[in-house]
This record gives sequence, structure tokens and C-alpha cells, in this order.
Amino acid sequence: MREFRADLHIHTCLSPCADLEMSPRNIVSAAKRKGLDVIGICDHNSAENVPAVEKTARREGIRVIGGMEVTSKEEVHVLALFETDEALFSLQEIVYDNLQGTNDEKLYGEQVIVNEEEEVVGFNQKLLIGATDITIDRLVDLVHERGGLAIASHVDREGFGIIGQLGFIPEGLPLDALELADPSRRDRVPQDAGFPFITSSDAHTVQHIGNRFTSFLMKNINIEEMRKCLHGEGGRGVKI
Amino acid sequence: MKLIDLANALHLDVKAGQDLLEREVTGGYAGDLLSDVLANSKEGNVWITLHTHVNIVAVASAKELAGIIIVNRRMPEAETLRRAEEEGIPIMITSMSTYEAVCRSYDLGVK
Repeated sequence: MREFRADLHIHTCLSPCADLEMSPRNIVSAAKRKGLDVIGICDHNSAENVPAVEKTARREGIRVIGGMEVTSKEEVHVLALFETDEALFSLQEIVYDNLQGTNDEKLYGEQVIVNEEEEVVGFNQKLLIGATDITIDRLVDLVHERGGLAIASHVDREGFGIIGQLGFIPEGLPLDALELADPSRRDRVPQDAGFPFITSSDAHTVQHIGNRFTSFLMKNINIEEMRKCLHGEGGRGVKI
Repeated sequence: MKLIDLANALHLDVKAGQDLLEREVTGGYAGDLLSDVLANSKEGNVWITLHTHVNIVAVASAKELAGIIIVNRRMPEAETLRRAEEEGIPIMITSMSTYEAVCRSYDLGVK
């Protein structure tokens, strides 16, 4: 077993609020520079730039975990991370069916879809900053049905964090972990919740990539190993 | 003012706690960040929100709120209504927006 450094929450230029410089090449080279082994690509309610980052990262020896940061009906942000693109895009289809509205680039920013050659191949027209009609309970189920990890984003932030939005973590909600935007704010989360913690950069700009990361002590990089790390199985573990 | 008077005046559709509407309403609170409602609402308040998640019942129960009005014709989850009956929290829905529900409640004397 060895320690893998993972920043599991990185946006690309597809997120309207992210910098247009967040292209596959820029993300991957920043990840290399920061010594990351694993990056999670999680744009708001869409995964359309995951394949381009995956192809770029493969050439550079960085492992990508494809994901999305889904906004639930309660306006809670949840990271949904998957082993396969098939599982990821099957969730994206459900998210799109439950996401109303059209993006206004002037108000919210451009939603740029790119390929591994850094070429713009299109603009996503959906209102990706909006909330889906999927309840948080249903969302976690949908992620688990597809073998993914469901991690509540930035639980130490009031806006779009599960504790801010819902007052406390709903009883029995089977989240795999809680993400802290700032690990020193761990005391903002009641200790009796019993969830493992990760931390990540939530980078919207290149400079922020890898500023926070989680170390996973595991055999190799895949979702199942990461799940075992979160549960502390077989000597595995996470460190923030 | 009793909750039943408010419900009748605003034509609220009572979805849970039908037999608990004799409760006195001491004032109102509006908010959609449940952490804020936990921190700032007062006992006996009627709470106006767009949330439909089951956690609203726990918040109302912990703060001993008189009841919950859900706006914009949003329908609470089945689990929310089940827990509301269990915990004795009246839930009423309306097609009004939060703004309108707050203003009209205020005009009726909920301050």
C-alpha cells in the first residue's frame, strides 16, 4: 500500500463560475506541479469535460476520477464520483432531465465544452448553476446504485453546504464522506455524525488546484479502494 | 392569533396536523437556511419556507414552532408529512411566494 494524494473537487471551464483557463491541459499540469496522484473533476450538474481531462491526464500519468457536483432540490451540493464514464453519464442524464432553465452567459458565465486538444467543441446551454428537482435522499441512492461515492461538499460552508441548508445531516442519510473546505473548521460539524472527512480545493481557478488535498492510503487507485479507505478497512485510511 | 385563523384567512391547504390548529401564533419567521432558522426563530413562530425536506419537522420541533407554511405550491415529501403527524407539527401549503405569505401574515397581525 502507498499514499496517494487526491484533490477530488476541481471545476473546469464548463462550470459557469470557473475561470476559462480551467482547460484540461492547465488542470493536469497544475496537478502534476502540486504533486497530486488523483484529481476529481466535478463541474456543476454536468460531466461533459470529464472525457477530455481523462485523456489529457492519462498521457501525464495522473489518474482522473470522473464526477459531478450535483445540486439537490434542497440546494445542497453533493460530489458524485464514479469508476466508469458509463455510470457517470447515466447519472448526468437523470440530472439533465431534472434541471430546468437556460444559461445566460452574460449573467452567469460561459459553459465551455472542450476536447483533449483544447479545442472548444460547444457550449452547454443548460442552467448548470441551478438546482435539480432531485431530493438529497434520492440523489445519494442514485449515486450508490451506480457504484459511486456520494460526498457532501464543503459542509463547513453555509451556502450550499448540507448543514447550512438543512440544519443538520438528515438521520440515516448514507453519505460516504463529508468534504471540508477548510480542515481547521472540523469543529463546525457535530462529532456524533460519524462520517469520514475529506478536504479538497474546490478549485475554480488554476492557482487553487491542489491547495487542499486528501491522502488515501490504499493499494491502487479506484473507487472501491477509496471507499475502503473512507471506512478504514484492511489498514487503509484517509488523512486530511 | 390562532393558527386556524391564519390558515383560513390565507386559504392555506393543511397537509399535516389538522387537529393542532388551535395553537397560538406568537410571530413569524421566514428562511430557507435551516441552520439560520435553528439559530433565530422563536417558540410559537409560524415558519414560512420553501423547503419540503423532512429536516423541517425536526427544526420546527426543536424550536417549538407553531407550524410551517410551505410556499410556491411545493409539495412536501411523504416522509416529511409522516414525521409531521408523528411530531405534531402542522404543515400547510400555499401557492403564494414567501414575500406574499410574509406580507399577508403581517397584515393579519402576525408580527
